[in-house]
Amino acid sequence: MSLLEVEGLTKKYTGLTAVDTVDVTVDDREFLGIIGPNGAGKTTLFSLLAGSQEPTSGRIVFDGTDITGWSAQKVARTGLVRTFQLMRPFESMSVLENVTIASLGRRSRKDARRHALGVLERVQLEQYATAASGSLPTAGLKRLELARALAMEPRMILLDEVLAGLVPAERAPMIELLRDLHGDGLTVMFVEHIMAAVMALSERLVVMHDGRVLTQGVPAEVIAEPQVIEAYLGEDY
Amino acid sequence: MTDTTAPRPTTAHELPAADDPRLKDTWMRRQLVVLVVGVAVLSLLPLLLGEQAQSVAIRTLIFAIMAVGWNLMSGFGGMFSFGHAAFFGIGAYTGAYLLVDHGISPWISMVVAAVLSAAVGVAIAYMCLRYKLAGSYFALATFAFAQMFLLIVQNLDVLNKTEGFNVEILPSDSWSMLQFQQGSPLYFWIPLAILAVAVLISILYVRSRAGQYAQAVRDDEVAASSLGIDTMRARLIAVALSCGVTAVAGVYYTQYYFFVGPEQAFGSAVSVEAIIPAVIGGIGTIWGPVIGAAVVGPLSELVATVLRNPPGFLSFLQGTSGLDVAVYATLLIIIVIVMPKGIFGTIRDRWRS
Repeated sequence: MSLLEVEGLTKKYTGLTAVDTVDVTVDDREFLGIIGPNGAGKTTLFSLLAGSQEPTSGRIVFDGTDITGWSAQKVARTGLVRTFQLMRPFESMSVLENVTIASLGRRSRKDARRHALGVLERVQLEQYATAASGSLPTAGLKRLELARALAMEPRMILLDEVLAGLVPAERAPMIELLRDLHGDGLTVMFVEHIMAAVMALSERLVVMHDGRVLTQGVPAEVIAEPQVIEAYLGEDY
Repeated sequence: MTDTTAPRPTTAHELPAADDPRLKDTWMRRQLVVLVVGVAVLSLLPLLLGEQAQSVAIRTLIFAIMAVGWNLMSGFGGMFSFGHAAFFGIGAYTGAYLLVDHGISPWISMVVAAVLSAAVGVAIAYMCLRYKLAGSYFALATFAFAQMFLLIVQNLDVLNKTEGFNVEILPSDSWSMLQFQQGSPLYFWIPLAILAVAVLISILYVRSRAGQYAQAVRDDEVAASSLGIDTMRARLIAVALSCGVTAVAGVYYTQYYFFVGPEQAFGSAVSVEAIIPAVIGGIGTIWGPVIGAAVVGPLSELVATVLRNPPGFLSFLQGTSGLDVAVYATLLIIIVIVMPKGIFGTIRDRWRS
């Protein structure tokens, strides 16, 4: 059963089509990877899905409901939650308070705080619970982004380069954590540049190029396709 | 809406025990203790102060109420208002008009003024936010509205144009009309009680869901909306509380001075008076506006007094007009340079580190 269905999604700016008639479906409990060279439209696609930007045309159906054109806050409340590539903590607040904010939508204040601490334990950030969120190192901020999204108790999560900026030693535990979350039944769509993570986690892979879906399928097969190699090489050379 | 009966997979992990020590939060209790002790100590002041000192103290309390109100939207909500005179003025004129023209008790006026001011504030803020005015543009817009109100009031017959309102002095004490013998400590205790309520509102608000959301929106609007927060609603609640509290200060102002005119109510100096205590004391903190007012209120009076009758070695300064304002302004600049986060904010940060 598909949880997210995207049909003909398009975002045009003056003189540029960032996302061009994209069709994607994500099954319930699937882990879908999205790759593509810089400027391929991956982050814009996320912004459209999450309601941060309005599509020019096309349709987004989440869990049977047409959510096209919904505001970010409304989309988030239906259980489709995104994280940001550049971390955006609420800097005046502690780590625990940051996560509690996300829990408050469904819970009383006391219960939200307890639930948030549970989420921090889940992402192994509990030792920083009372620390100022701005004082966290990059790896901590990435986990905080993830924790806030999880505290929303989403059905599906959109991860935008959650591994970027991590040193190799920090990547393995993050990959492990994402695999666990997926194992618990979370549906994930993630944009990532670090291919080791993409290959380790993705059940299916979508390749974007110039705003379009270039190809999609089984990860090992997709990355061997000549057009995919060309898209990447074309950027580098 | 989505199928809410579907399992929420990420809640499957175990919750920490309800009495986990990391969940303990004594912040609110500590603030309430400070509030009760502070009010108890301050309520003794009229017994120590002379009549003139008491009038300075009362003016300081009015400043403090305004600043606590201003801080609710500008400090915790991140919407810098440069036009709080509008809301102070709505309070001062609502009180004056209802009392002088209709004989209505100022206690009732406080409620009416708070509601009216909140409604006007919400309407103004909604328009500004709707058209994405932020930062200095938002501040400018609020300033423009306050100036607009000033001009309107100066030209409205029903509000006596530039003459304003004089409150009739009653022959005897009256609780319902809030009039007592000149110099009565009640003139101090009543605004002290109003200030206590304003601070209590701040304390409760900051930890409420609405207050937490407003602070999240202030810190990062995009991140807040991606967490399902209705950013407009969060901001408008902050504005409503802020404008309501400030209006009550206005009602009391008219009552205490027996007079209000357009400049005293809606003048741009009033907007500045709402900002300065909060900036000096610490924006976005509970105690900053109160501490700031306690410093700023007496300071201007003190500087003026010293320069009016300067000690021997400063006698050459006597009679230089406007000098007290310059000295006062210089002292404020020094405080801001030495303590960029305000007196309370800076001391709290040092204490923590």
